[in-house]
Amino acid sequence: MQQTLENFLRALRATNVRVSPAEAIDAHFTVDSVGYSDRTLLKDSLCIALAKSEEEVERFDECFEIFFTRDEFRDREEPSGGDGLSNAESEMLGEQPLAELLLGGSETEMAQAMEQAANDAGVANIRFSTQRGLFTRRILDRMGLRDLERLIASLNRQEGDQVAVEMAERLEEGRSYIFEEVRQYIDRQFDLYARNAGEELREEFLAKTNLSAVERRDFDRMHRIVRRMAKKLATRYARRRKHTKRGVLDVRRTLRKSIPHDGIPFETVWKQTKIERPRIVVIVDVSQSVAAAARFLLLFLYSLHEVIATLRAFAFSSHLIEVSDILKERNVEEAIPEVLEKIGFRSTDYGQALEDFEDLHMDALDRHTTVIILGDGRSNDTDPRMDLMRQIHDRSKSVIWLNPEPEPFWGTGDSEMHRYRNFCQVAKTCRTIQDLERIIDDVMKTYFRA
Amino acid sequence: MNDIVSQDTLDKKLASVESIMDGLGSNGYIASRRIATAIFVAENLSKPILVEGSAGVGKTELALSTAQWLGLPLIRMQCYEGLDESKALYEWKYGKQLLYTQILKDKMGDTLSDSKGLDEAMQRLHGFGDLFFSEQFLEPRPLLKALRQKHGAVLLIDEVDKSDEEFEAFLLEILSAFQVSIPEIGTIQATVPPLVFLTSNNMREMGDALKRRCLHLFIPLPDAKLEQKIVASRVPEIEERLRRQLVTFVQMLREDDLKKLPSISETIDWARVLLLLHADSLNTALVRDTLNVLLKFEQDIAAVERSVPELTRKAQQA
Repeated sequence: MQQTLENFLRALRATNVRVSPAEAIDAHFTVDSVGYSDRTLLKDSLCIALAKSEEEVERFDECFEIFFTRDEFRDREEPSGGDGLSNAESEMLGEQPLAELLLGGSETEMAQAMEQAANDAGVANIRFSTQRGLFTRRILDRMGLRDLERLIASLNRQEGDQVAVEMAERLEEGRSYIFEEVRQYIDRQFDLYARNAGEELREEFLAKTNLSAVERRDFDRMHRIVRRMAKKLATRYARRRKHTKRGVLDVRRTLRKSIPHDGIPFETVWKQTKIERPRIVVIVDVSQSVAAAARFLLLFLYSLHEVIATLRAFAFSSHLIEVSDILKERNVEEAIPEVLEKIGFRSTDYGQALEDFEDLHMDALDRHTTVIILGDGRSNDTDPRMDLMRQIHDRSKSVIWLNPEPEPFWGTGDSEMHRYRNFCQVAKTCRTIQDLERIIDDVMKTYFRA
Repeated sequence: MNDIVSQDTLDKKLASVESIMDGLGSNGYIASRRIATAIFVAENLSKPILVEGSAGVGKTELALSTAQWLGLPLIRMQCYEGLDESKALYEWKYGKQLLYTQILKDKMGDTLSDSKGLDEAMQRLHGFGDLFFSEQFLEPRPLLKALRQKHGAVLLIDEVDKSDEEFEAFLLEILSAFQVSIPEIGTIQATVPPLVFLTSNNMREMGDALKRRCLHLFIPLPDAKLEQKIVASRVPEIEERLRRQLVTFVQMLREDDLKKLPSISETIDWARVLLLLHADSLNTALVRDTLNVLLKFEQDIAAVERSVPELTRKAQQA
């Protein structure tokens, strides 16, 4: 039974429920105290001990149902020989458990034999879909397929013997039946143990994919990755908001605290520096060429809300509008298509956009604000308004320009990137989510350096 | 309530999931099977339970009812930002400590007057027990109190998500080993491990370390059948017809897009209000007048107001 629980834990891990060794021990204790006899009790108590969040509970339930459901064999037509085997037949089969099973065994017996063989073959180790054939073969081998094949061949050779030929036919039928069952069983096991391995591979790949090349069907997955990255950053920086300057006594507050103790300074208070949270203004180009990257940048920033004090977002292609409200009211995933529909996909005019920005928000920039601009800097030969860019630079703490184009392309054709970059503290290529993560991490660092 | 509860009766009460369900039920808390299983497992593994769920589904109530049913003292600690160990665990009785040093100074002269030379005086001084940091001067706060209960206790750490991360880290020792370390004294071990409930509204995600040490229980909003049972047990005076109608109404509300869905506590409040108004069935005017008991946001009330007649009609048919 211990093996069963181990396998179950492995299946759980494969569905992304984290089970640490300590929790595995808990699971064993739990099973010791509740036993296997009551299914609901077992399920509920294991769930309580192992699943640590609402989503994990859901995944646990699903996994439990798949795992602890006995694989039912398809009903098959009764072997034509009736229930038992006649003595002559038994003799013909010799010592062949698989053949006996196929001819006279019940579905349950066969299922048991198969599970036993599967356990011996280590089916819980399956990882890739290409291994399915291999494991099917291994299980069948353990069940004695080779001997069976030899038996069928030898029966077929006895040409004159009617009984032998008939028997060979029945065995052939049985063989293809069991083969199909094992194949299905392996499919289910693959679902159970390896569903997630492929997912992980896919996510790793996506993190390195060019943002404009991400396909629509992968958006959900991308959103998940972005949220996870953002969460990691958020927890890293959320911790460090208060920083004690060790060794520098806050005399005023120490005296204040000593009053109840007759002026004896029992409790000392140390000076602290408060670390302010970043204020970010983000301006994104949502024209055709950059829209994909804009989506993920906005999602990233809005997932960081815990550690960002204020976040204002502006979007432009030919004109610029503020989109903070749309993004705040709705889920970012839903809001972005709406923003794109409103002003996206037109030809860009950086000069006009900067002018609009001056009207809307220039006053609110101060030395605490970081301005993040996402765009390719291609202004379609209109006036790039460098004077406004200089103003933004002078008023803010720092300006960061993210460009989805690789650096060699900057300044070619109608790109004004080389001129704009003079007014930026940082100008970087941002092609994948990994780039995005790195850059935003840098932004955070400038604020949280204690 | 503070009668001494023998371990045997406790064991008997916690012997099976069914007995827990019955016991809590007799105390007015209708527990689902999963809730009862959580308590059963918690008792068997000696682990704390982290209870999550939206506001008003009965997280705190679970701890209160369990304590009442088991006849154990309930020790409650409300968490908030800035809560630290001097408020949660222990504090020194500074005043008494100061008095003690005064007395010590006075007595010291007498005691040491006949000793010859500094060395002997020091020897004698070391001979006295050092009481300054001792348990006598310790002011126990909720956590320490819970550990020192001779016959066990129910410890409720309410809204643990509101506390700071440092405090969460500091809880770990208590939750995993049921002990606390006080630097000046040493480790204090629980006499009988208390039954610990932590509740969380998911204001922030709890750390993995904390989650790992706890059993996790999520209490969802109840289905109609369970909710009827709960209302019946909490407001027994209410008629069955009205009860069925109001539960149906609330269940329908929960399917709307509301800022704050009404939870069990709101249903119970509403039932009480309707009882007070001597209503025997729902009607549109009555629902309109009392909607503010169920919904706590102006926008929500405005959103529902329009569909009140229809919802009421449907509820009446139930």
